[in-house]
Amino acid sequence: MTNQTTQFIDTFRQEADELLAEIEQTVLELEAQPNDQENVNKLFRAMHTIKGSGSMFGFDEIAAFSHHVETALDKVRSGTVTVNKAMIDLILLSRDHIQTLLQSAETGSPVDQTAAEQIIRGLEAATRSRPGEKERKSIKEDAGGVEQVYRIRFAPLPDFGNSGVDPADILNELCSLGDCQVVPQTEKISAAQQQEQSYPAWDITLTTRHDENAIRDVFIFVQDFCRITIAPIEAAETYDLDSPVPLLGEILVERGDVAPGDIEEVMGGRKKIGELLVKSGKVSPDKIASALKEQKIIDQRRAAAKAATIRVPSEKLDHLVNLVGELVITQARLSQVAQNISDMELAGPVEEVERLTAELRDVVLNIRMLPIGTTFSKFKRLVRDLADTLGKEIELVTEGAETELDKTVIERLNDPLVHLIRNCIDHGIEPPDQRSAKGKPATGMIRLSAAHQGAEVIITIQDDGKGLDPVLIREKSIEKGLMAPDAKLSEKEIQALIFAPGFSTAEQVTNVSGRGVGMDVVKREIDSLGGGVEISSKKDLGTTIRLSLPLTLAIIDGLLVKVDANFFVLPLSMIEECVELTQAQARTTHGRNMIPVRGELVPFIRLREFFDLPGIAPEIEHIAIVQVEDLRVGIVVDHIIGDHQTVIKSLGKVYQNAEGVSGATIMGDGTVALILDIPELVRKADQEEEELIAAGK
Amino acid sequence: MSNHQIQQYLTFTIGDEVFALEISKVREVLDYTTITKVPRMPDFLRGVINLRGNVVPVVDMRLKLGMGAVDRTVDTCIVIVELDIDGDMTQMGALADSVKEVIDLDTANIAPPPKLGTRLKTEFIKGMGRQDDKFLIILDIDRIFSSEELTLVRESSEMLLPGSLKADVGPAAESGQAHA
Repeated sequence: MTNQTTQFIDTFRQEADELLAEIEQTVLELEAQPNDQENVNKLFRAMHTIKGSGSMFGFDEIAAFSHHVETALDKVRSGTVTVNKAMIDLILLSRDHIQTLLQSAETGSPVDQTAAEQIIRGLEAATRSRPGEKERKSIKEDAGGVEQVYRIRFAPLPDFGNSGVDPADILNELCSLGDCQVVPQTEKISAAQQQEQSYPAWDITLTTRHDENAIRDVFIFVQDFCRITIAPIEAAETYDLDSPVPLLGEILVERGDVAPGDIEEVMGGRKKIGELLVKSGKVSPDKIASALKEQKIIDQRRAAAKAATIRVPSEKLDHLVNLVGELVITQARLSQVAQNISDMELAGPVEEVERLTAELRDVVLNIRMLPIGTTFSKFKRLVRDLADTLGKEIELVTEGAETELDKTVIERLNDPLVHLIRNCIDHGIEPPDQRSAKGKPATGMIRLSAAHQGAEVIITIQDDGKGLDPVLIREKSIEKGLMAPDAKLSEKEIQALIFAPGFSTAEQVTNVSGRGVGMDVVKREIDSLGGGVEISSKKDLGTTIRLSLPLTLAIIDGLLVKVDANFFVLPLSMIEECVELTQAQARTTHGRNMIPVRGELVPFIRLREFFDLPGIAPEIEHIAIVQVEDLRVGIVVDHIIGDHQTVIKSLGKVYQNAEGVSGATIMGDGTVALILDIPELVRKADQEEEELIAAGK
Repeated sequence: MSNHQIQQYLTFTIGDEVFALEISKVREVLDYTTITKVPRMPDFLRGVINLRGNVVPVVDMRLKLGMGAVDRTVDTCIVIVELDIDGDMTQMGALADSVKEVIDLDTANIAPPPKLGTRLKTEFIKGMGRQDDKFLIILDIDRIFSSEELTLVRESSEMLLPGSLKADVGPAAESGQAHA
């Protein structure tokens, strides 16, 4: 029993966390577009759910507090109060307070009561702002908040005009309660014998969280001038998923539009029942259209309920990924064994297993992929609050929120991104007056974008602030002993110094950033994810930081190559093509490691030389041409074996500094092959060549 | 605390000398298997092996203790130890010439490491055990496989690289020379 209660409470916490995230995002969207009614509704619903489930699970404080917020939101929703900055601030504060309450319920830490009272007072003051206006009949609070579908028939009487109400207003108000399907019933017009003031009737199918009374309230001023029937159809959460969707005929009979006998009478023809009913004059085409819509809604809701997501603890998922990894390795071994035996009967099923394993691998890895947008939305709030605190005007533009990344990567990316964005706000973007003086728009811009590039995801954080000051960085580095006073560094090398441990250029240590731990922590974290950080900056134009991250930390498609007896895996996504390199060709290059590939000179790196591997190159070597940033580089190996599903294994702490190697994988025969870190390898080779040239001078 | 506490040790040989490890650190002993060399790393880091799906680094104890390389024999084996490196439980392999036995050793029979005469870094030695008038060197495996020892890797690897592949010295110093 208690166990079950804890489980419910956990579920509530999770749900509340998600709702709070949603609230935050919605509020920020609302701030950008204050007239968006949909967002107000969304906020209201979220707050209402927190209140409802809060009181259900005994979080009375949360329920009581969110009740106040809900009341305020209701006024916004009914149009009595307009959305302004103060209101937005208050809603955000309320959100934070609910989070604090949630945390305190978990940890038992005390909560500052005055904060809550302040927010409530603020909300009351903000919503009392327009007392003169007659408050529209607002919707009563509904009790449970369970979604329910109602069938409403609204038929104005001929004297409806006397009520002074436009039926369109009524319909609009109904629509504001939830998802609404309206079908006018024009047959009634002819029945009204062409009177001057005649109205059609309407059949409305409304999906709402409000109860029947709330719907009746909509009609409160016109109830004497029309006929209204309201009937619940089906409670959303009591769907019996196995029962069939009601048939059109059943709906019509239930509505009282058709007698059961009529259905049976026309069913003899086995045509579509709707058509038949219309044809036989038993029912008007409008009635059929309305009933069809109802059927469609029920159908859709069923489908939605069936496609619902389930929560799975991430450990289970991790375990699944590990198992698939093992399976992939075993499958590779099986394929190798089958090849050695070369039995036709065996080859078939082995191939099948290979195909299934590959598919399984893709599906399992895909489960772990999440759009990075979930992280992005958090930063909107960060930027807004920090910019406010620092008196700056900053707009955050995000691109590529739909880019998918492995869950683990996304989680571990959060802190580095927070550091980087804080840096942009604190050190990058200047205050508005300074910006105007430089002839830049007063509002600074931070662009956060994500995009796929091969097997990597590139995340760029770009600001249009003051950029890095090389002179200042130089001074600081010398002061902190990070470089020799007489060292001559290129601009890029100077910029790279900000990633050195203990470096911080902020003249004043603020609570925003400048603790001097930022950038080196960022670099370390990105490195440990197998990614890279690059920085480029122009004074007064801004700074761009480019993070490249692997798509997944688990399995990649690789190209297996061989040098002497050593196997290596190159990430297949980086490879453009493979060409041959004959000894004759190699001789014509005069030891300058370049060959023409279809008219373009491509520099190459001999893996044997770079890794100092034994053996003599064969007569015909192979070059795998890779694309690193905007450079095409060839990697020369002895043999190219072929595709290899590569389960990535970490080399561990001991080899974290290994150059040009990012990890290892286990081959079919149980030996270990190394996975090459091509960008690093190319960078390293380039650097060493420059050093050799420099040394030769 | 007691002077008469019995502890178990695994003994192994490198050359003619007998070394010992606390048995609690040892996970298992493997026959020699294919070791994949990770390039551009110091020689004492022999490479990695596949231990039931995990990639485990192997340290050549001969080279780590400065005793010179020899060809492997049928007795060459890999002792898998599990130890704490910077808070992570890590498996490491130690390549030894041969494994002898598991012995009980009374703490009273263990002397502190001598300051002189072992031709080994004193901090690698936990103590000198005496067994039937023979001495064996009890190694401090935590120390030998500590992160400082293993990250020394970077600097020492640069010395071990062939001359043609000049290693990466810090950008500051190098460019300073380059522009001079």
